[in-house]
Amino acid sequence: MRNALQGSIEVVARNGEAAHAAISPNLPLLIEGLTVSYGEKPAIFSIDARFAAGRTIAIVGPNGAGKSTLIKAALGIVPRLSGTVRVFGQPIEQVRGRMAYVPQRASVDWDFPARVVDVVMMGLYRTLGFLRFAGPKERQRALACLDRVGMADFAKRQIGQLSGGQQQRVFLARALAQDADLYLLDEPLAGVDAATERTIMDVLKSLKNEGRTVICVHHDLSTVAQYFDDVLLINVRKIAEGPVASTFTDGNLQKTYGGRLAGAHIEQLRLPVE
Amino acid sequence: MGPDFVQLSLTPMLIGTLAALACALPGNFLLLRRQALIGDAISHVVLPGIVVAFLITGTVAAWPMMLGASLAAIVAVLLIEAIKRLGRIDAGAAMGVVFTAMFAGGVLLLEQSDTSSVHLDVEHALYGNLESLIWLGAEGWSSLLDWTALSQMPPQVARLAAVLVVVAGFIFVFWNALKISTFDEGFALSLGIRARLLGFGLVVVTAIAAVAAFDAVGSIIVIAMFICPPAAARLMTDDLGRQVAWSAAFAIVSAVLGYIFAGYGPLWFGAAGSVSAAGMIATVSGLILAATCLFGPKRKRIGAAREV
Repeated sequence: MRNALQGSIEVVARNGEAAHAAISPNLPLLIEGLTVSYGEKPAIFSIDARFAAGRTIAIVGPNGAGKSTLIKAALGIVPRLSGTVRVFGQPIEQVRGRMAYVPQRASVDWDFPARVVDVVMMGLYRTLGFLRFAGPKERQRALACLDRVGMADFAKRQIGQLSGGQQQRVFLARALAQDADLYLLDEPLAGVDAATERTIMDVLKSLKNEGRTVICVHHDLSTVAQYFDDVLLINVRKIAEGPVASTFTDGNLQKTYGGRLAGAHIEQLRLPVE
Repeated sequence: MGPDFVQLSLTPMLIGTLAALACALPGNFLLLRRQALIGDAISHVVLPGIVVAFLITGTVAAWPMMLGASLAAIVAVLLIEAIKRLGRIDAGAAMGVVFTAMFAGGVLLLEQSDTSSVHLDVEHALYGNLESLIWLGAEGWSSLLDWTALSQMPPQVARLAAVLVVVAGFIFVFWNALKISTFDEGFALSLGIRARLLGFGLVVVTAIAAVAAFDAVGSIIVIAMFICPPAAARLMTDDLGRQVAWSAAFAIVSAVLGYIFAGYGPLWFGAAGSVSAAGMIATVSGLILAATCLFGPKRKRIGAAREV
């Protein structure tokens, strides 16, 4: 196993080298030969993907397919075993100010002593800089972001007193405060109420209309066609990427889910959404 | 409060307060990171460090002891990190393995080596010697302005004051980054905050506070102060800044009241003598925590309201 992996990594590295010339500063995210491993077994293996500007993109795949790992590696949160990530043509460290991240809601302890507005102001960290503390100006910006997700009335609530959907909207507001060009969201619609889902999708669409790029790990196959322009199908390896219409096909889904989706299930996905 | 108070009570009280503050401030972050027991772990692992330092230097002077303790603390922290990462196990389990093993090693060393000629005993390690840290050079309040008298203060005062400056300075300088990485490490990393280095820095600062306080006041206060004031403060407010301020207030109140109760409390009840100041300070901090559990405004767990 190890040797086989090692061998493939070398090939990946050589391929990555060759493709470098094509990196454009206008391409929000380019991933080449990306492999991440938490132990012996790779979580994602040799993934290549290009994410075009001004699009909404869903990353879709079964549980354990490495969807979260992929965006964490794209953000430089988890170390890469091999491969390159270029954001607007540059290494991650040089463009952190242009990226925003919405982690999974369950990844933090909501009993933390902070109010809603405090969490949103965390998105202003990079603009605050060293040894400066948030003041009225930052508060105003945070409140404006909260207003965009319909949470302005909750600014002073302790974050543990919010519903799941409200917590998700606060996380989105924090990402809005980052004022980024590339948004990476990890399951922003998981376990939220219908009203929150509508609000979040409206905000994501307005981000797209402003020319920003939105990449979401997405779990609900029935809404992919409705919500997203492009889709990246992965299951440890990349299965397919491209516009939803041509990529989100029965054949690709079968390959992604390894026959775990019944034919009837896929039929359902083809039904027009009411 | 006359000259006697300055001579006999002022410096122990001051030392107790400085030690309590130096431990309580980083304790806030340790508590929220579910690492509160690291203070406990560190105060245990300093024992082998002290014994080894004694075996090498042959003295019980403060600096070799503190150096040995600090090195042991750093070794312990690195071991805990290594076990956590390599074994991929819970931080608490890694701490438990390291500190019991190192403490046992320290006891074994103490038994096997000839330390009978000096005062290296368990009681000292637990309770410290707060009551003995008196200011003999003082003649009254005016001595606070007298340089020669000041220079005769127990060295623990200056040492703990310096440590408190380091601890408070670290928290002040890295306030935003500490807050974000404690709440949401993934997000902190995405912002370019070096969250793991910062977490290590916090533990090192904790170790410095624990070792300095341990030398002056013993491990009972150290363990209590890392946990009780921050935990009580968390029940008073939902704001991290206010929580830190509350924890500092509780630490000061515990140290001052604890010292007074230990010295005079038994007399009020008609008993002679006094009880251990370190034990009483820890007890007061525990009583404050109990009171906030019962009456603190934010004591209700909010998890129940969380569902959609």
